[in-house]
Amino acid sequence: MRPETVVTPESRGEHAPLVSIQDLRTYYSIRGSFADRLVGREAGVVRAVDGVSLDIRRGEVLGLVGESGSGKTTLGRTLLGLVRATSGSIEFEGRQIARLPERDWRALRREVQVVFQDPHASLNPAMTLEQAVGHPLVIHGLERDRERLRLRVIEVLERCGLAPGTDFLDKYPSDLSGGQKQRAVIARAIILNPTLLVADEPVSMLDMSVRAKILELMLELKQDFELTYLYITHDLATARFFCDRIAIMYLGRIVEIGPAEAIYAEPRHPYTQALLRAIPEPDPERVVPRDLPRGEVPDAALPPLGCSFHPRCPRAFEPCGWESRDLRELLEARWARAAGAAGVEEEQALVGDLDVLDRSTSEARLPAPRGRRPEDVVALLERIRAEDPAEPFWRGVERLEARGTRTEVDFHNPQDPRLEPVGGVEVACHLYGTTPPET
Amino acid sequence: MSGGSILQVRHLRVYYGTPGRPVRAVDDVSLEIGEREVVGLVGESGCGKSTLGRGILGLLPRGARADGEVNFDGRNLVGMPPQALRRLRGPELGLIFQEPMTRLNPLLRISDHFRETLEQHEPRLTDAEIKKRSLETLGRMGIPPTRFRQYPHEFSGGMRQRIMIALALVLRPKLLVADEPTTSLDVIVEGQILALLADLKQNFGTALLLITHNLGIVAEACDRMAVMYAGRIVEEGPVRDVFREPAHPYTRELLRSTISLETKELHSIPGAPPNLIDPPPGCRFHPRCPDAMRVCPELEPVEQRLDERRRVLCWLHGPAQRVPAGGESPLEREAIGIADEA
Repeated sequence: MRPETVVTPESRGEHAPLVSIQDLRTYYSIRGSFADRLVGREAGVVRAVDGVSLDIRRGEVLGLVGESGSGKTTLGRTLLGLVRATSGSIEFEGRQIARLPERDWRALRREVQVVFQDPHASLNPAMTLEQAVGHPLVIHGLERDRERLRLRVIEVLERCGLAPGTDFLDKYPSDLSGGQKQRAVIARAIILNPTLLVADEPVSMLDMSVRAKILELMLELKQDFELTYLYITHDLATARFFCDRIAIMYLGRIVEIGPAEAIYAEPRHPYTQALLRAIPEPDPERVVPRDLPRGEVPDAALPPLGCSFHPRCPRAFEPCGWESRDLRELLEARWARAAGAAGVEEEQALVGDLDVLDRSTSEARLPAPRGRRPEDVVALLERIRAEDPAEPFWRGVERLEARGTRTEVDFHNPQDPRLEPVGGVEVACHLYGTTPPET
Repeated sequence: MSGGSILQVRHLRVYYGTPGRPVRAVDDVSLEIGEREVVGLVGESGCGKSTLGRGILGLLPRGARADGEVNFDGRNLVGMPPQALRRLRGPELGLIFQEPMTRLNPLLRISDHFRETLEQHEPRLTDAEIKKRSLETLGRMGIPPTRFRQYPHEFSGGMRQRIMIALALVLRPKLLVADEPTTSLDVIVEGQILALLADLKQNFGTALLLITHNLGIVAEACDRMAVMYAGRIVEEGPVRDVFREPAHPYTRELLRSTISLETKELHSIPGAPPNLIDPPPGCRFHPRCPDAMRVCPELEPVEQRLDERRRVLCWLHGPAQRVPAGGESPLEREAIGIADEA
């Protein structure tokens, strides 16, 4: 397992977290069409980070794990001051930094540094390593003497494994391999002696054969420089080696957070379970058919009602937020499975235009197309239910009937799950919730 | 191999011209792919796996030279006139790229992509047949008929890759080459796409050459695997056998450096794949090989059959009579610094 390099807050006698994030929201507004703006219509917002609270403790590695679109990168960028928080608070060493003006950030950037995913894009191709790695010292006016600057760069390069440092000073990024570039990026990040390092997928673009070395380097540096890491990744396999605590994000929110051992030993949220199941195991003897969630991370501009994961969740039930768009998904998945077969076109004609279901509501109303009867639509839906009664969707349906010219489908009231403590971790899922079931 | 082999690559070499000496990206590679077989091609970046995939399809850039044989359906594709090759590509040989976003025309509806492809290669199909074939193939990939007339930007990354696969499969090719088809996708979507690819043989009767650097993917989706290093195939065999008992030290080290949930300690391979203009003499892996012997830098390894279905290119497996006296003692050399890392 992981080498024992953890400096616990207790061992340092410092209990206050290094970073404390409270109810942080970062929204991006979507610029609508010209017509939208003309009539003053709001085109909407993407809730990239939607109410996140978490602490980063001094000396720990906190893993922030999720798929693309989960908001993990936006959370990291908000913490770095690269994106402005919409609301909420971020305290860094007791100081409020959530909406700090840019000029106040300058000084703070000595404390908070970043390593991005793509080492090829993180280095200026026109700068030598001496210039690139020494740049932060120059920018912050910390070193004016060229000789001393050079010595400092050599020292840091060597500390990051690029030894002898003198051999690398005059190299350009194009002279380096991917792993070497990422070492140079890390050297540039630590040359200011920061307190917190945000590492956004630092190894995912590297070959498998060098990932381990970069992770080991980062663990050594953490020890030597008493760093704290926020490790942003989609990969729970590397996070296992690296992190003291794990926060799982889905569509702007944390769905599970706790000590790494607890999360790997007993993942509780169905999304965490799915992420773990999705990692291909390099052992052909042990490959079992994996039961993966359907679909992809939905659009954060129009998140699902209730729990955002419910449309993909194999264990979703009544309170999870079933709604009109799930009905559309159900029908489309059926038609995809049977595509080309007789009967699909007839079913499509019977149900009519599905776009009416796109406006998300727990009371779906489907007008019958001209010459069609809603009773036949209800009969079709009942047939679909009979074919696969175990489909979680049906647990969400409270009422299904034909009324007048419309098919009416009412779903149970959507309830937003909150993070609640469950056996040493916190989980936002109705399966564990104390939220009383709907009466 | 299930059924007969549909593709035989024999002594294929692909050279890229450079101002100096040529880059030998694929250097004397032989490989067979059976009907409905899924073959994984693995190795680090820069080992020549993508070039081999493109060489098989005759899709090499200008300035690349190929010789050797790529026999497909009784014809040698190497040296075939470009026009004849183009007629084969699509209906017989399909290709799936890494970046689905860049391969669909943003101005064309999905339906038009399919119409164009099918009209090009099967001009006798009627409109109704085109639609039916397209919808069936898309449906197998999980794309519902209701979205047939939408544009590429209306789909997520995973769905675009599904559309790309459907677009390759709608022509019912005998062989599909997939070059890192899931690299830009998220873990869960990657798993979904792999499940689709692994089912190709059942659903479409297509053989697949899956190029990847991820051994987890090979374990999950492939029947047989070939490990490539510095332009050569250094080991080949059934996936289970190779994983259980890797014969080449490179294969073993690659397996050890894969990080999975079961990994107990981190491991990496020192150094980097060599420059292919001037690769190391003898066995090209010897500078990085923990098991290197004195013979390794001296003589090119000879391909050895371990059994009917496995072969390896490594002096550890002999032939013993060709190893000079004392050649089996360990090779002494300096440690590899990070200066040479990948």
